[in-house]
Amino acid sequence: METKSVKRNKSDRVLYIRDLNISFKTAYGTVRAIRGVRLDLFKGETIAIVGESGSGKSVTVKTIMGILDSNGVIDSGQIIYRYKDENGEEQEVDLVQMSQKDIRYKFCGKHIAMVFQDPMTSLDPTMTVGKQIMEPMREHYHISRAEAKKRAMELIKEVGIDNPDKRFKQYPHELSGGMRQRVVIAIALACDPDILICDEPTTALDVTIQAKILELIKDLQVKKGISVIYITHDLGVVAKVADYVAVMYAGRIVEKGKINEVFYDPRHPYTWGLLSSMPDIDTDSRRLFAIPGSPPNLMEKIEGDAFAPRNPFALKIDYREEPPMYDVGGQHRVASWLCDPRAPEVEVPEELQVRIEKMKKEATIYE
Amino acid sequence: MSDKKEPLLHVENLKQHFKISRKFTTKAVDGISFDIYEGETYGLVGESGSGKSTTGRSIIRLYEPTDGKIIFDGRDISGKLTKADEKYLRTNMQMIFQDPMACLNPRKKISQIIAEGLEIHHICKSRAEINERVNDVLDKVGLSSEQATRFPHQFSGGQRQRVGIARALVMNPKLVIADECISALDVSIQAQVVNLMKDIQDEMGTTYLFIAHDLSMVKYISNRIGVMHLGHIVETGTTDEIFENPIHPYTKSLLSAIPHPNPIVEKQRKAITYNKDAEGVIYENGHEHVLSETHKVLATDEEFAKWTK
Repeated sequence: METKSVKRNKSDRVLYIRDLNISFKTAYGTVRAIRGVRLDLFKGETIAIVGESGSGKSVTVKTIMGILDSNGVIDSGQIIYRYKDENGEEQEVDLVQMSQKDIRYKFCGKHIAMVFQDPMTSLDPTMTVGKQIMEPMREHYHISRAEAKKRAMELIKEVGIDNPDKRFKQYPHELSGGMRQRVVIAIALACDPDILICDEPTTALDVTIQAKILELIKDLQVKKGISVIYITHDLGVVAKVADYVAVMYAGRIVEKGKINEVFYDPRHPYTWGLLSSMPDIDTDSRRLFAIPGSPPNLMEKIEGDAFAPRNPFALKIDYREEPPMYDVGGQHRVASWLCDPRAPEVEVPEELQVRIEKMKKEATIYE
Repeated sequence: MSDKKEPLLHVENLKQHFKISRKFTTKAVDGISFDIYEGETYGLVGESGSGKSTTGRSIIRLYEPTDGKIIFDGRDISGKLTKADEKYLRTNMQMIFQDPMACLNPRKKISQIIAEGLEIHHICKSRAEINERVNDVLDKVGLSSEQATRFPHQFSGGQRQRVGIARALVMNPKLVIADECISALDVSIQAQVVNLMKDIQDEMGTTYLFIAHDLSMVKYISNRIGVMHLGHIVETGTTDEIFENPIHPYTKSLLSAIPHPNPIVEKQRKAITYNKDAEGVIYENGHEHVLSETHKVLATDEEFAKWTK
């Protein structure tokens, strides 16, 4: 059941994160926000990071962009970014070793661009749309104003805004929410980045507009061959856009793999919970499954598996020791003791099984 | 659930216009009618700017309705309110807001926040009675009475929304207007809150007006749904009628825009787009077409013939 096969060859890696640990110093103590994240991003691939708020998904990408909050400390780890420099030579840098200022000056906006959740707060209300799209090109490539304007017009057309001459001179408040997000995408694409990071790009938008924006990002990605990192808590969005998924919980990746591996064969109880709590418009069940409890406080030291207190399938060892990453075939990796050969057989909850079977059946029509 | 009896809330031709300048008036709600019966949940959905929140706010009289009639439990609450009617309205209709951090006073303990309504309306005779009712309602929404002395910032988002629900329920209201009350929460917490609201309804027989833009969640909680667009209810019906047999192209586009958590299907599917102007639909020209006792669509005769083909 393969949709599109992005070959995950080592030579095509654009970015890889190894054993990243980040903590925040606050007045109440140290928060261990990221605990050993390992993730690969390949050329032309879309990965989605899923998790609840506070799971560390935003912190991970903020570190890549060099915009970590000032009380954040990278305790250990590597973020290796590979790119071609002006002379077309392959370069490799560790973003962790660079100062935030350097990352922002050299990569942020130029090689790695980001689209934020709320378009109104990421746009400058006092500048025209056109000027804001020209700004990164003028800043990073020092091209002439006329040339930048020509590029900006092309970009406005490319992101599906009609009447570019008129829009170029308008201010953000004159545009609708969907249009504003298109402008933000145009700005992000202005410098031809290798990596586009989308942090909940459609959460602030309506469902009808959300679909259009997601389709736009997908089209542009195919056309330009960029790699995209999505951050979202909506599994429907993930299903639509992603090739590869990483599920995060309490600062750790608990399950990752190709999208079909994770959605049709989930192994971690947290993923089971997330998938079951998605409202399904086709089922008649009148009650929604809810994961009991709330996420742990990362200020306290976590003994064993962080998800254990909310996990109805928790084993004794879950309370004592953190599970390692198990390889369950293909690209699929799961951090749960249930995947250990010594663990008892635990069945996927029946309701979810029924749902997955139905999903697989629906999918056969499209194959 | 909706027997042919007197509705708890009857809204007829409600209009809410806002005068922006001498020449320009925003018609946020432009002549909508619907009924809500006791013990049921009526879902109001639509995109932002469709006037669904304005409708909720007009009904609870946070605004002065421009025109139309609102009958709540046999009392007309649309015009100037008498003192008795106002008291009746304020104690029997409650609202839950979208952002639980913004709607709770950060300087008050949650016991004070919840008790405020009881104190203002002198509903309880003694302090002890107030405390008892506050503890009861906290228990109902799944918070413990020890948490009553905490401040809003000490809670997580889902817990704060529970406080918002407790504040509405402590008055034993007949009707609760929930304005996007789950939109700001995480998916797993959304499910918790929706289940809680259903449990409370089963137990206390509360009636909900559930306003949201997320159709998939509305499906779980509503008995009937009204779809709003640009100040008009374009289609209304039972949940099954709306989901199984949508007529209006706007309803269809809303339904098709819901992403399914099924990667293979979702990657192929394209959402239906609806452009009112391109299709030449003018809501003012349309009138109500009845498909069944509950299922109604706003359309002109030609449009109706085209859509039902």
